[in-house]
Amino acid sequence: MKKCIVTVLGKDTVGIIAKVCTYLAENEINILDISQTIVQGYFNMMMIVDVTGLKKDFTAVCDELEQLGQEIGVNIRCQREEIFEKMHRL
Amino acid sequence: MINMYEVSETNKMIEHENLDVRTITLGISLLDCVDSDLNELNRKIYEKITKLAENLVATGQEIEREFGIPIVNKRISVTPVSLVGGAACRTPEDYVTIARTLDKAAHKVGVNFIGGYSALVSKAMTKSDENLIRSIPQALAETERICSSVNVGSTKTGINMDAVRLCGEIVKATAEATADNDSLGCAKLVIFCNAPDDNPFMAGAFLGVTEADAVINVGVSGPGVVKKALEKVRGKGFEELCETIKKTAFKVTRVGQLVAGEASSRMGIPFGIVDLSLAPTPAVGDSVAEILEEIGLERVGAPGTTAALAMLNDQVKKGGVMASSYVGGLSGAFIPVSEDQGMIDAVKAGSLTLEKLEAMTCVCSVGLDMIAIPGKTAASTISGIIADEMAIGMVNQKTTAVRLIPVIGKDVGDTAEFGGLLGYAPIMPVNEFGCDAFINRKGRIPAPIHSFKN
Repeated sequence: MKKCIVTVLGKDTVGIIAKVCTYLAENEINILDISQTIVQGYFNMMMIVDVTGLKKDFTAVCDELEQLGQEIGVNIRCQREEIFEKMHRL
Repeated sequence: MINMYEVSETNKMIEHENLDVRTITLGISLLDCVDSDLNELNRKIYEKITKLAENLVATGQEIEREFGIPIVNKRISVTPVSLVGGAACRTPEDYVTIARTLDKAAHKVGVNFIGGYSALVSKAMTKSDENLIRSIPQALAETERICSSVNVGSTKTGINMDAVRLCGEIVKATAEATADNDSLGCAKLVIFCNAPDDNPFMAGAFLGVTEADAVINVGVSGPGVVKKALEKVRGKGFEELCETIKKTAFKVTRVGQLVAGEASSRMGIPFGIVDLSLAPTPAVGDSVAEILEEIGLERVGAPGTTAALAMLNDQVKKGGVMASSYVGGLSGAFIPVSEDQGMIDAVKAGSLTLEKLEAMTCVCSVGLDMIAIPGKTAASTISGIIADEMAIGMVNQKTTAVRLIPVIGKDVGDTAEFGGLLGYAPIMPVNEFGCDAFINRKGRIPAPIHSFKN
């Protein structure tokens, strides 16, 4: 399994999760875990996703998610899980 | 499984605290390029570098994108050129052709610096070494991306004072050759004692002769991250202070280790070392001086600075060592003046002097770094400053270096502009009493007694 972390940060609005999840589904990306909070109107979501079935280049997904974020008006980042694993786990 | 808090901590470090991997440096051995024909030598060097480093920049960018971590520089270090050019180069001008070739190769593969236009002369100089050293001013004036270094001393050999004298003149000549750009050439010239073979940081990077044909070395950074972490332990005891620095250094270094491993496997080139350095940039919030001030100094340079820096340097190493499988290079806190906004401010405020910086170099890497001095400073005075710094390295069995910029046409009160990561610097005053009779003595300073360990 190849895991990635998708983070979404920005002003809350209708349909953020829907749009992100639609994109993920269209690209065969399976969601393993979601945590989400809203603090003072700011939307903060983290997803752990499995990109094993991905057909396209991983960097293209990063770019497209970033672009999708711009369309919604939030900041979306997609990063390989290892950077967090390395930093926070022995 | 990774939780939201950890993800946001990492991303906050990247977005707001300037966490980055400072450099992926590809070391390339040029020993197999040696040829007695100068044109053939240049051809072989160009071909080897452009072939091996073909994908360096693209690989770096790919890793940046996938992990979401900036990799500021992709660079190359090569075998000290004096060892490669000896058979073909009869004059300093011959060496300059190699500098042009290296510069062309750097442009071709898209790296911003290539280090290793160097000579290792810690005990004595060969004719080839001397020709290379004498070619440095012209080489740095005629190229854009070449970095040069000369190792003039070591704990095992003592200090080659003939080379120290020559290097004072070469620093001055380089300043004059690049006078139009605030003597920028000197920002790319380092004089070392105990130079490491695997340093990934410029301007002093070269690939030592003990190294493999090609190797990936990575330099991490993160002064901003340490500063932010220390804000949370204001007023607390030293134990908590040190623990915080160690934990932060560990996290920062783990990112470097990850990037090094990825770059190595993607390029099919062995991983060498991670250099655990706190490397500042002129950006606000990316300063070693600010860390020292956060620890409790009103301004860097105030009494207590050396102790605070010694502690910081040691804790960074203690935290970083466990985070990486191989640690090497310079590994310590850098204290360049022009590349650190806090240092610049301290000099302007009159808190930080050349003499205090010299004391600070006893307890951290690397030395008197990126310090602008008056252009009228005599070559022998520059040699004297170099000799002092080399003595600190020799006696303390550590790397020390001197990267001074005598800015031609400028004096105390003026500012030199180097641009980009090299920053800008107020011209600092230099002790004007002479040392000519000392510098003009021939020969070398013997190795210190504690170097005889066998």
